[in-house]
Amino acid sequence: MRSLLRTGRVRRPDVPDPELLRDIALVCAAGGVVGLSFGAISVAGGLPVWVPVVMSVVVYAGAAQFSAVGILLAGGGPFAAAATGLLLNTRNAAFSLAVADVLGRGRLTRLVGAHLVTDETAAFALAQRDPVRRRVAFWVSGIGLFTTWNVCVLAGALAGSALGDTAAYGLDAAFPAVLAALVLPALRERPPVRRAALLGAVVALAATPLTPTGVPVLLALAGLLAWRPSTRGRAAA
Amino acid sequence: MTGGVVVATLVLAVGTYALRLTGPLLHGRIEVPARVRDLLAAAAVVLLVALLTTGALTESGGTAGWARPAGVLVGGVLAWRRAPFAVVVLGAAATAGVLRAMGVP
Repeated sequence: MRSLLRTGRVRRPDVPDPELLRDIALVCAAGGVVGLSFGAISVAGGLPVWVPVVMSVVVYAGAAQFSAVGILLAGGGPFAAAATGLLLNTRNAAFSLAVADVLGRGRLTRLVGAHLVTDETAAFALAQRDPVRRRVAFWVSGIGLFTTWNVCVLAGALAGSALGDTAAYGLDAAFPAVLAALVLPALRERPPVRRAALLGAVVALAATPLTPTGVPVLLALAGLLAWRPSTRGRAAA
Repeated sequence: MTGGVVVATLVLAVGTYALRLTGPLLHGRIEVPARVRDLLAAAAVVLLVALLTTGALTESGGTAGWARPAGVLVGGVLAWRRAPFAVVVLGAAATAGVLRAMGVP
């Protein structure tokens, strides 16, 4: 009890802090803008409204959805599109291991909770100290993000279908720019990844005139030959 | 195209859910080595950069002209300077759109 008294007010672990709720709301808002763009760009590129909407509910992974739609719109095969998205989503396996404790005990809770595992929900959950707070943070951020993401994708898709000639608005340029915004934080922090990404991009460009759409991006994985894991102890500068 | 879209969505959805289930299913029985986690994270970045580069510069096997790469460049610079996401999207699109209106391919 003493630690509770010291904070000046009683904090219940099963009620999210105002600060946490504010952070979650900000991340939801940012995700919502990405969702709006995803819906609008997909439909503007020529896909029917239901494609981004259904994909967002059943796949629910922003970067993978953008990649898959990008390859489909460029005329790539469905398996190249799915393979690229899946490779991007392998990190969700690592996150789901990290938050396995947090999801809860019941079978249904775990089956539903697994679908809500994203970079953001894992980060929110793992930032909390005690188990109850972790669980609350995971579920509040998970439900919040899932709801805003899907509502915004629907809104974006409906808005996108109202646009006419999309090349005139330059929406085709927005798409790679979105990917740049997603990937820049990682590039900024990790020079070995930068080298690998540069080599991969060169390989993909060289392969573009020679191979079917979607394949160059997978060939870019050869860039990983230039990658070395950062050794622990050495500064990751 | 619709058949391909359905197949891609289905494969991606099932595969992604399977990846997300590994935690709850294997809970406590395995731990992913840090090296493997790092490699997967690097692979994701390599894929995204390849996708954005080919998307910015090429169009069905040929070049994409000048307006699109210029728009992407503006968006990239905005992102580098930590501009909000909406500004990145609008900056890229507006640049390409204005250049096209001026007759740049």
